[in-house]
Amino acid sequence: MAGTTVEPGTGGAGGAARGGSGPGGAASGAAAGYRPSATLPFVAEFRRQASRRRTQLALGFMVLLPLIILIAFQFDSGDDDDNGRGEFGSLIEFATTGGLNFTLFTIFVSASFLLVVVVALFCGDTVASEASWGSLRYLLAVPVPRARLLTVKLVVALAYSALALLLLAGTALLLGTLRYGWEPLRSTVAAQLEPGEGLLRLLAVLGYLAVVLLVVAGLAFLLSVSTDAALGAVGGAVLLWILSSILDQITALGVLRTFLPTHYSTAWLGLLSTPVQTDDVVRGTISAVCYATLFWGLAFWRFTRKDVVS
Amino acid sequence: MRSPFSAARIRRALPTRRRAVAAAAVVVLLAAGVAWAVRPQGPDLRTESALLTVRSGPSGDEPVDLDTTLYLPDGAAADAKVPAVLLAHGFGGTKESVRADAEEIAGRGYAVLAWTARGFGRSGGQIHLDHPDYEVRDAQRLLDWLAARPEIRTDNAGDPRVGVVGGSYGGGLALLLAAQDPRVDAIVPMITWNDLSRAFLPESTGKEPVNGVFKKSWAGLFFGGGGNVGSGPAGISGATGAQPEGAPASAGPPSPGPTAGPGTGPGRAPAGAADPSCGRFAAEVCAAYLRIATSGRADQAGVDLLRRSSPAGVLDRIDAPTLLVQGAADSLFPLAEADANARGIAANGTPVRVAWYTGGHDGGEGPTTDSDRVKFLTVQWLDHYVKGAGAAPGDDFTFSRIAGFDALDRGLVASGYRTADYPGITGTGRREVVVAGPPQRIANPPAGNPAAISSVPFAGELSSLLGGVAGDIPGQHARFESAPLPEAVDVVGAPTVSIRAASPTGEAVLFVKLYDVDPSGTATLPNGLVAPVRLTGLPRAVEDAAPVTVTLPAIVRRIEAGHRLRLVVATSDQAYATPVEPTVHTVALGAGAVTLPTVTGEPIPTTATVWRWVLAGLLAAIAVGLVALVAVLRRRHRRQESSVHPAYADTPLVVRELRKEYADGFVAVSNVDFEVHPGQVVGLLGPNGAGKTTTLRVLMGLTQPTAGEIYVFGHRLVPGSPVLSRIGALVEGPGFLPHLSGLDNLKAYWRATGRPWDDAHFDEALEIAGLGASVHRKIKTYSHGMKQRLAIAQAMLGLPELLVLDEPTDGLDPPQIAEMRRVLQRYATGGRAVLVSSHLLAEVEQTCTHAVVVNKGRIVASGPVEEIVGESPSVLVEVTDPEAARNVLDRLAGVRVLPEGDGQLVVDTNGTARSEVVAELVRAGIGVDRVVPRRRLEDAFLALVGENSRGSGDR
Repeated sequence: MAGTTVEPGTGGAGGAARGGSGPGGAASGAAAGYRPSATLPFVAEFRRQASRRRTQLALGFMVLLPLIILIAFQFDSGDDDDNGRGEFGSLIEFATTGGLNFTLFTIFVSASFLLVVVVALFCGDTVASEASWGSLRYLLAVPVPRARLLTVKLVVALAYSALALLLLAGTALLLGTLRYGWEPLRSTVAAQLEPGEGLLRLLAVLGYLAVVLLVVAGLAFLLSVSTDAALGAVGGAVLLWILSSILDQITALGVLRTFLPTHYSTAWLGLLSTPVQTDDVVRGTISAVCYATLFWGLAFWRFTRKDVVS
Repeated sequence: MRSPFSAARIRRALPTRRRAVAAAAVVVLLAAGVAWAVRPQGPDLRTESALLTVRSGPSGDEPVDLDTTLYLPDGAAADAKVPAVLLAHGFGGTKESVRADAEEIAGRGYAVLAWTARGFGRSGGQIHLDHPDYEVRDAQRLLDWLAARPEIRTDNAGDPRVGVVGGSYGGGLALLLAAQDPRVDAIVPMITWNDLSRAFLPESTGKEPVNGVFKKSWAGLFFGGGGNVGSGPAGISGATGAQPEGAPASAGPPSPGPTAGPGTGPGRAPAGAADPSCGRFAAEVCAAYLRIATSGRADQAGVDLLRRSSPAGVLDRIDAPTLLVQGAADSLFPLAEADANARGIAANGTPVRVAWYTGGHDGGEGPTTDSDRVKFLTVQWLDHYVKGAGAAPGDDFTFSRIAGFDALDRGLVASGYRTADYPGITGTGRREVVVAGPPQRIANPPAGNPAAISSVPFAGELSSLLGGVAGDIPGQHARFESAPLPEAVDVVGAPTVSIRAASPTGEAVLFVKLYDVDPSGTATLPNGLVAPVRLTGLPRAVEDAAPVTVTLPAIVRRIEAGHRLRLVVATSDQAYATPVEPTVHTVALGAGAVTLPTVTGEPIPTTATVWRWVLAGLLAAIAVGLVALVAVLRRRHRRQESSVHPAYADTPLVVRELRKEYADGFVAVSNVDFEVHPGQVVGLLGPNGAGKTTTLRVLMGLTQPTAGEIYVFGHRLVPGSPVLSRIGALVEGPGFLPHLSGLDNLKAYWRATGRPWDDAHFDEALEIAGLGASVHRKIKTYSHGMKQRLAIAQAMLGLPELLVLDEPTDGLDPPQIAEMRRVLQRYATGGRAVLVSSHLLAEVEQTCTHAVVVNKGRIVASGPVEEIVGESPSVLVEVTDPEAARNVLDRLAGVRVLPEGDGQLVVDTNGTARSEVVAELVRAGIGVDRVVPRRRLEDAFLALVGENSRGSGDR
C-alpha cells in the first residue's frame, strides 16, 4: 500500500484543474501550487508584522529615543559630577564628545531594559497574538507546517529585533555625528580609539548585545507558543529577565551567578578597552547560545506537539 | 495497539493534588541542590593550635613563646606521612593572616605550620626584623619541632621534608632561613626584599644606602604598625590580622598582598616594655630607626643593621629551589629586589624561577587571573620540590600586565605573558625615545612641604594603575616630553635616562619619574613608582654638570601608539625625606633619550582559549544537530505523505473510529465514523459539546487524535498534512488580524498559503462574503456577522474540494442564512463536498444532503437527510382522553403506543394508514385535537437533547 500513488481527485475543483500539480503535489495529495516550503513566505510574515501598530511604534521609538536624548543633552547645566558611577560612568561624561560616544551612551542606557522589552515584544507577541486573534488555526489549516510557521515567525521576529537595534544605533550615530561631530571614541577604560576603529568596536558591541538578547528572544518565544496572551509572553520574558538580573546582584550565590542568563549581559563593555577583552564576551556568547537553543528547542518541541485550541 | 499505560491514562490516574506535591518536591530538591552547591565549605583538615616555647637568640638559650597553628590534611598520620610547609606572615600580621592560604595548601596534602612571628600578636619576644639569631632561629626550632611530629615526612632524623612560603616579612624570613638551614627543601618568597637598607634608602644612580633617600612613609607605617599595638593605619592596611577567626579570608595561597601590611592585630605588650617610643621593637632596631628617621640619612651602623636582616649577603648559601614572586605595583620592594635575589641564588646553580604579577604592596593581590597564576606556580613548585610529585616546573619567566577593567566585576584584568628565559629588569630589547625640553629651575620646598604625591601606600590597585593620585607641585618639577610614539611599546623592565643637575648647595635630592601621557593629556605614572636620586658635588651652572644615569623603577606597561612619554624631575615627594633647606636647582637632560627595555612574551593561554573552542564546538554541534534534525523530519514527512489508502482515494473525507481524549482525561470524542463523498453537503449535527468542534479540530490538524484515522482523498491526515491544502475551513469562528481590512486579511491569508495568486478567486469569495465597500474597512469595525461571512469567504478561497464549516450561520440574519444555504448547495455541485457542523436541526435539514448526528462523542445516526428527516412511521396524536385512546389503539393490529404525557400519544402506525387511526379514534368517541407526523431526525434529536438538555460537554 505504501508508495501507491493516486492522482488527487481534481474533478471540478478549479484550483487543481487549472494550476496543474506541483512536483510534490501529486504524491502528497496537496492542492495544485501548494508546497509546504512555500507557505507563509518570509516576506508575507514580514508584511503581516509590519502592518501592526506595535511594530511601527516600537521601531519609531527606536528612532525617537536618540533624538530625545540629544534634546535632553541640550539642557546640560554644566555641572560636572561623576556620581561615583565607577569607571564606566565615563560613558556618560563623554556622551557629548562625539557621534560614536553618543551612540555608545544611547546603547548603554537602553541595553539593560529598553532593548530587552523591544526584543521580548517582537518575539513574545508573534505567535501568541495570532493565537488570540484566532488566525493561528487558519494558518495551521492552510496548512503551514508547524515547524515552518515557527521558523518563519522566529526569523521575522529576530529580523525586527535586529532592525530595532540597528535603527537605534544608526539614528544615534547619525544624530550624534551631526551634532557632535565624527570624533574618536573616548572612555577612561582605554586609550582613545580612532573613529574607524571606534566604529568597528561599536559594531562588535552591537553584535554582542544582539547575541545576549537572543536569550530574551528565546524566552519570549517559548512563552509565546505556550500562551494565548501576548502580554503574558512579553511581560513574562521581561519579568524573568529582571529576576535574573536581581539574582545576579546577590553575590552570595557565588558561582551559580555565572549560570544566570543575565550574568554576562554587560560584558560588551570589555570590548571598549584596549586590548579588547573577549573572555567574558566568549563566555557570555556561550551562555546566550545555550539558553537560546534550549528555549527555542523547547518552543519547537512544544508547539509541534501541542493541541491548538484557541 | 495503544499502550495501556499511555501518558493520558497515567496523568488521569494521578490526581492533581498529587501532581502538585510532586512539583513541590522537585522544587524543594532543586533548592536543596542550590543550597548544597553554594554552601560554605572548607577542605577536610584538622588544626592544632599551641603556644610553643622555643629557645633562640645569639646563644640559643633565650626562650620565647610562639603562637602556632598546625594544619594537618585529612588522613595525615604516622603511617601516612605528609610533607610540611612553613607559612610565614607579613609584617604586622599574625598566624591568622595566613589562615586561608594555610587551609588551601593543607588541602593539597601538606602539613602547614603557621605561626605568629616574635613581637607580634600573642607571641612573645621583640621584633628583630628577621634577625638570623632571632626570627630565623625561631623558624629553625619550628623545623625541629616539625621533624619530631609523627605525621611529618622526614629526609633524615631531625630533617623534615619542608618548604617555606611567605610574603614580604615572611618572604624575607624564607630566604634567610633557607640560607641558614640546609634542611629547607624549597622556598617561595613573595614581594620581599633583597637588601632592606636599599629598600628603605634607595638611590637610583647606584649610590650606597648611606647616601640613599629615606623612604619615610613606608618606614613610618611599619614602625608604627609594629611598635604601637593597635595604632596602625587601620582600614588601609589590608592586614587581615584583626579579622575574627573564620572570617572569609581573601583568596589564595600565598596571597602576597594583604598579609604584608602593618597589622593592627591584637597583641600584648611584652612584659616590661618600658619605652613607649619603641613598642615591641628590639632596642637596637628601634634606635636605628629613630636615628634614620630623625636625620633622613642612614649611618653605616643603621645600614649594617638592615643588611644583617637582608638575604643579599647570604644568597650564595641558598641551595633550596626558589620561586620568587614579585609585584609590579610595589613602591616598597620593587621588582629590582627580586631581580637581585634571583641573580644571587641562580649564581650557585640553585633552580630559580621568577614571576611578576600586577599586585604588590600597593596593588594587593592583583586581578584573579594573577592570583590564580601565583597560586598555580606556588603549588607546582611545592609539589615538585617538596612533595616530589609532578614534573619539574622549569625556569621560564612569567609576568603580567594590566589590560584594563573587567566589565563584569569592575575589577582589573591582567593578561599574562611568558618567556623562556628570565630577562632581568634590563629587558631583552630596548627602545630609545627622545625626550626634549630646556633646562628648568625647580625649587626644593622647605621641610619637604608641600610635596608631590607619587603613591599612597596601600591605596589599592586602582591608584597604582590609574596614577590618579600622582601629582606634581608647580615650580617644584621639570618636564621633558617626547613626541607621540609612532607605535606601541611594551616596556618590561627598568627604563634608564640621563640627567644633569646644578645646585647652589652642590647637592640635590631629586625624584625622577616617567609618565605615560595619552593624547587627551592625561598623565599616568605607572604604578606610582619614582626614582629618588641624591646628587652630590653639583656645579652651580647646569652647563657644567656631568650627566648621570638614573635607573628608573622597573615597570610592566604597554605605552600605546600616539601616547607621549613625559620625564619629570621633581624636588619633593611625600613618601621620602628631602632636605629641609629651601634651594633652587636647575635640571636638564643628559642625553636626550629614555631607554625603554622591552620583552616580547608570548601570551599565556588562559581558560578563555578553551572557552573559545567550546563556543566553536557548540555552534558546530548546533548546526550539525539542526541539519540532522531537519533531514530526519523531512524524510519522515515524505514517507507519510506519499502513502495513499486506495479505497478512499476519491473520497474527500473518511473519518474512522476517531477518539480524542484531552490531557485531563476528558473524552470529547469517543468514537466517530463517517464519510463525506463528492457532491454531498454533510451536516454534522449535535448539541453543544457533542464533540463536533473537536472532530473538526482534529480534521484541520489542530489537535492530535488519541486514536482513529482521518483520510482526505485517501491521504492519512495528520497535523500539517499537505492534503489539508485541499480543505477550506471555518473552525470555531473567524480569526482575522484586527488591524487589517477585510480584503487585506484575505490577501494576507492567501499570501501565507504560498499558492499562485490566480488560484485564489478573490472575486467569487468576496461576492459570497457580500460585504460591499466594507471590505476595505478594518476588521475591528466589523460586526460578528460580517466577520462570519468574511471567514466563509476565506474558507472558499482557492475553491477547495472540501469545505468544512463550523456553525457557518452563526451571527447571520435570516436572509443571509437562506443565501448561505444556496451558496453551500451550489458549492457542492461539480464534485466538491461540504461538511457543515451545526446544533440547529432546521439548518441541517434545509442545507444538507446528508447528516451525521453526534452526541456525547458518539454517532447517533447518519445517512441521507431524506432518509433521516423523511416520514417517520410514528405520529403524535393529541386527544381529549388519552386513556380511552390508548385502549382503542391497542386493539388495532400492529399499532404501538409509546408513552407520552399531557394528553399526547406517540403512535407507531407501523403500516396502518394515519387516516384509519384517526377514524378509529373518532369512532370510539374520542376527540382528536391534533395529528402531527413525526420525523426520524427529530426523534433522534429529541431523544438526545430532549431528555437531557445538558450537553455532553458537561459530563
